[in-house]
Amino acid sequence: MTQYFVRRLLLTIPMLIGITLVLFLLYNLIQIDPLTVIIPDVGFKNPQAVENAIREWGLDKPLPQQYLTYLANIVRGDLGTSFVTRNPVMDDLRTRLPATIELAVAALLFAGVVGIPVGLLAGFWRGSLFDRFWWLVSLINACFPPFWIGLVLLTVFWYNLDIAAGPGRLPARMDYPPTVTGFMTVDALLAGRWDAFFAALSHLVLPTIVLGGYTLAVVLRLTRAAIIEEMRKEYIRTARSKGLRERTVLLRHALRNVLLPLVTLLGLAFASLLGGAVMTETIFDWPGLGQYLVKASINLDYPAIQGGTLLIATTYILVNLLVDLLYGVLDPRVRDG
Amino acid sequence: MDEQPLSPLSPAISVSTTVALPRQQPNATSRVDVRGIFKHLRRHLPLWVGLVILGFFLALVVAAPLIATHDPLEQDLLNRLKAPSAQHWFGTDELGRDVFSRVVYGTRVSLPSAVVVVILVTVIGSLLGAVAGFYGGLIGGVIMRLADLTLAFPGIVLALAIASLIGPSLQNMLLAACFVLWPEYARLMRSQVLVIRSQEYVTAARSYGMPERQILFKHVLPNAWTPLLIKAALDVGGILLLVSALSFFGLGIRPPTPEWGAMISEGQAKFFNWWIATFPGLAIFFVMLGFNLVSEGLRDWLDPRERQ
Repeated sequence: MTQYFVRRLLLTIPMLIGITLVLFLLYNLIQIDPLTVIIPDVGFKNPQAVENAIREWGLDKPLPQQYLTYLANIVRGDLGTSFVTRNPVMDDLRTRLPATIELAVAALLFAGVVGIPVGLLAGFWRGSLFDRFWWLVSLINACFPPFWIGLVLLTVFWYNLDIAAGPGRLPARMDYPPTVTGFMTVDALLAGRWDAFFAALSHLVLPTIVLGGYTLAVVLRLTRAAIIEEMRKEYIRTARSKGLRERTVLLRHALRNVLLPLVTLLGLAFASLLGGAVMTETIFDWPGLGQYLVKASINLDYPAIQGGTLLIATTYILVNLLVDLLYGVLDPRVRDG
Repeated sequence: MDEQPLSPLSPAISVSTTVALPRQQPNATSRVDVRGIFKHLRRHLPLWVGLVILGFFLALVVAAPLIATHDPLEQDLLNRLKAPSAQHWFGTDELGRDVFSRVVYGTRVSLPSAVVVVILVTVIGSLLGAVAGFYGGLIGGVIMRLADLTLAFPGIVLALAIASLIGPSLQNMLLAACFVLWPEYARLMRSQVLVIRSQEYVTAARSYGMPERQILFKHVLPNAWTPLLIKAALDVGGILLLVSALSFFGLGIRPPTPEWGAMISEGQAKFFNWWIATFPGLAIFFVMLGFNLVSEGLRDWLDPRERQ
């Protein structure tokens, strides 16, 4: 058990180093003067600032050594300074991460609460009207470009019907509750601001539907496939031949075993959430990582692109690590095999 | 040649079983059988509906100049932001350009770029995967680790970063898309090659002294292609979405070229002038629907386990 965990953890380290190497090489291959990545334009007029940057990032040294300096700076939490916001990229990312997590959790809940039960039943009643109906729904859902469907929902439910909250995390004229955790709903509760809490919740609705809908297709399909696979197994036939009710077969026998493959789903769903966040946040003016990355890409804000991409890839790798570890805890065959 | 080709972790097994060829259909008859055709149509309804939709868009690609009512680039500043009417079926945009004609001409931008990306990644990915699987060793290891690393980034995020680093243009966007997509093809090809490499006919070819490279190109590659081609066909829709998302962010095809993603971006936050973004979005939706229906149908057809 411990051996499995240690091995899995050790495998993550080269992966993390690898992504920093990819990002570092990308920048050096395309021959951007690294100085422009590190200091804002105004700094160029100041020879002292240029010299400091050269020393701090080891730019007068050979490339491998520069890479090591880059790594050391990352470990120290120094990702350079954003051209646009003029803040250290690390600070920008820190203020934006909670917004993305809040939205991602809501979307994951939505996708899971709808996708898992529907997927289970659709697979269980395979070929039924229910199965076909949801097949059609998820097929159509998967065809919507997320950046477009968000726009359509906003136009219809906010602009025209005025029954949903608009872009952003809170209404424009509302005072923000003091930032403690960065999660708007939690901060509102901590400040005892019920109005802000409900406003924050209502602002979550449309982006959650768009982002969660994007993930829903993955969840539904995998759950359905997992239960179909499980129902083919011998022990299910045994359970049925004993004369157990179908409900008991599903809930007592199949469901328990199908929960395990569903853990992997978490990793896959998370990947699609991160990708979807980039598009959803842009449409809903949601001040999270995805929007930061898009703005940085448009403004050629290199340090911000580099830092943001690094953070997202690292999160992604760590989530996959977590999923694997969880799998090891739940399934002894994985860790001993 | 020392690597165990059929390790339990290799996805090769599942790949080779899911791709049973359609020509093994048991009740294929040579006689024209109207009832049979009808039954076939009903059974493979998604596939045919999808093909009809895609056929429609293909017709638009070919006949765009005949169908479009206006020049897609012509500006008419007196008729800016006009709602859909008999004159302008889908309305006009901020520069008075006809949205209908731009959507129609958009087929000539979006579809070909998705197809070009698919062809490029299939070729690049399968060559790299074949080299990794056939020769293994250091080069193979390096290729596969690179693939792992690329897959460690969510696709759109890496594509965004690359597209902005090398500058927004059509070629660079295609390059960014290829960079993000090749690993999946390389992995699939490698797993195929690992299986085929240990087949008896390969051993036979080797035993009478056929050079390794010739074995790769004459015996291994031709037998490894099919799953990749199917994957490529299934991926076109997703790639179209990626391409239009990049253009939507302003990092792909640039205005004034009528690209659907870029057009949606022009209609962003113009809630009153809803038509600017709605129609190109619907175009993407229907193309995606066509591709997804075809891929559902193909999967159904090719996977014998799905047949009841």
